[in-house]
Amino acid sequence: MDYFLQQFVNGLTLGGVYALVALGYTMVYGIIQLINFAHGEIFAAGGYMGVILLSYLASHGLMETHPWLGLGIALVLSMGYCAILAIAVERIAYRPLRGSSRLAVLLSALGMSIFLQNGLMLTQGVYDKAYPTGFTQGGIDFGNVHISLMQILILTLTTSLLIGLNLLVFKTRIGKAMRATAQDKVMSALVGINSNRVIATTFAIGAALAAAAGIMVGLYYGSVRYDMGFVPGIKAFAAAVLGGIGNMTGAMIGGLIIGMVEILAAAYIPYGGEYKDVFAFIILILVLYFMPTGIMGENVDDTRV
Amino acid sequence: MTHASKKHWIFFGLALVWFYVLLWPLLGIKADGTLDFTAAFPVWIRVAVVGTICMVLFTLKTMGAFRFLHGPIESVRENLNATYSRTPKWMIFLPLLALAIAYPFYTGRYAQDVMVNVLIYVCLGLGLNIVVGLAGLLDLGYIAFYGVGAYTYALMSIHYGLSFWLCLPLAAIFAAMAGCIIGYPTLRMRGDYLAIVTLGFGEIIRIILNNWMSLTNGPNGILGIKAPGIYLPEIVDGSFTFEHLYMKKLGMVYYIVLGLAVFTIIAVHRLNFSRVGRAWEAIREDETAAELMGVDTFRFKLLAYAMGAVFGGLAGAFFAARMRFVSPESFTFLESALVLAMVVLGGMGSIPGIILGALALIALPELFRDFELYRMLAFGGAMTLMMLIRPAGLIPAKRMGKRSEEEE
Repeated sequence: MDYFLQQFVNGLTLGGVYALVALGYTMVYGIIQLINFAHGEIFAAGGYMGVILLSYLASHGLMETHPWLGLGIALVLSMGYCAILAIAVERIAYRPLRGSSRLAVLLSALGMSIFLQNGLMLTQGVYDKAYPTGFTQGGIDFGNVHISLMQILILTLTTSLLIGLNLLVFKTRIGKAMRATAQDKVMSALVGINSNRVIATTFAIGAALAAAAGIMVGLYYGSVRYDMGFVPGIKAFAAAVLGGIGNMTGAMIGGLIIGMVEILAAAYIPYGGEYKDVFAFIILILVLYFMPTGIMGENVDDTRV
Repeated sequence: MTHASKKHWIFFGLALVWFYVLLWPLLGIKADGTLDFTAAFPVWIRVAVVGTICMVLFTLKTMGAFRFLHGPIESVRENLNATYSRTPKWMIFLPLLALAIAYPFYTGRYAQDVMVNVLIYVCLGLGLNIVVGLAGLLDLGYIAFYGVGAYTYALMSIHYGLSFWLCLPLAAIFAAMAGCIIGYPTLRMRGDYLAIVTLGFGEIIRIILNNWMSLTNGPNGILGIKAPGIYLPEIVDGSFTFEHLYMKKLGMVYYIVLGLAVFTIIAVHRLNFSRVGRAWEAIREDETAAELMGVDTFRFKLLAYAMGAVFGGLAGAFFAARMRFVSPESFTFLESALVLAMVVLGGMGSIPGIILGALALIALPELFRDFELYRMLAFGGAMTLMMLIRPAGLIPAKRMGKRSEEEE
């Protein structure tokens, strides 16, 4: 039982990270029906910005005196950086293609993903980059279940970001504009919503969440790699589809399920650890086969899926 | 300077500033506690110079400075088109084929090596073209079939000692079976979902190859695969015998892949202009309408997957025989993207286009060996750029008939 609870907590942590990345996919897909392949690379760029900023701050001694302040600065700057990056990607690779065939946009996204990944490799090198550690040691023990400070941090941060996002989407003007654009682009443009700006904002918000997830993954595993974005990106997309693409609550639930399945499969199925990446894909295929609209998805007509 | 071009230049300047903002943190924030604003400049300046040259050319073009070139180029193109359509097809293909056959005699080892690679990718590109270009199903896991073919021959050769020629059809059959297994549950989906699921399947196959140690030897790969062999007639002491000879020389390997490529080209061409090809095109243009007209869309889509997989499998078996080594490293998602890029770059559905695409993506980077590091960067950028300026590819396929929205 203790073992299960321990794995449950681990799964929750991982699932929270996937949920953050999945939100970016689901929001973009909800508005312009595009699988933004470059999203995984923006997640990786966020992780890299995190390591660059944290090492810089650590070299100035800030991480020893005020570790949480340092982490906060790195988090905010990295989120901002990735937001600018995502807006640039949208402006260069997606906006000129609006209205052309779906295949063209998808391939443009694929090209952008490869471009960003290799750009990261060229500027930062092929080897793993280690995160500065030491300021997140310790944790709480419930009986035999150990919850590390890192996991608490990830869970709190994920929850607060999710609450913040919900407030943004459901309580503010721009959130209303986003929901309107997702529902009907032409109509919302007719009532005076600048759809280009809404789409750019959506990209920026999704990228900021992905950047936060990138930093947390970097802290959790202790290092980042230039190609770390690909597999989590696909898993997050699987999570978004599982939850019903275009639906934010669905993306969170989907992310948690994928993370949980991955950890539990690694813990309980023989050879599960080696094949852990397979489970997300198998879930994705099963969901699409039996429940093409996902858990929370509405029925959409053929033209949308 | 007109108002519009001034706007372009302002936008260009803003883009450069933006680019510097994006580039600087990655290069300029050092872990040892220094901020370096100059490290990003060399890269930035190069991009700025190339960008400015492009902008100047663009401005000159809009101002009409190249109009004197326009007329002659247009007339040359018209003449070329007219000559092309007047010459019989065999008069174009025969010299090309002759050139291809004579190729090993006038080139060195390196050039042959590159050409063997190009021809493998021609097979792969044409195979994927059936799925993407003809049937309109986006497949991001195509390289899995290549992997199935390669491992089929590798395992058959190592464990049972079967010959290459026997394994070639076997590899095709196994790949077709894999195509059906992947196709059957996924083909109900359309568009983006199909793309992402095929990507998932490709990854699943790669992970299995990587982890099933007892069968595939995992990431270490399989060594000692036999080269293709032939029997040469020989007369020893007056008696007539056949001598078994392994075709290890690159020149002979080249002919095998040339044969495979020619077979693929003919097969894909024949498929394209058959009833099946028509059905695929109908599905590509409008699936619902095709279904209403009585096309069994599910069966034809499955067939498209299986046929595409066959050529992937053939190419894979040849790849294993040529390298005499296989490992999961060769079957990553990036390879799938590369093959897809060939199909899209060359022009979906057009056979000469895809051959050109394979040449461009495999042979051109060899010329720029010094820039090896930038290869994938340029590849990704080119893919996006291509979509922006020429979404139909270098040599777009001629469409059969006309669509209502094209009629003006």
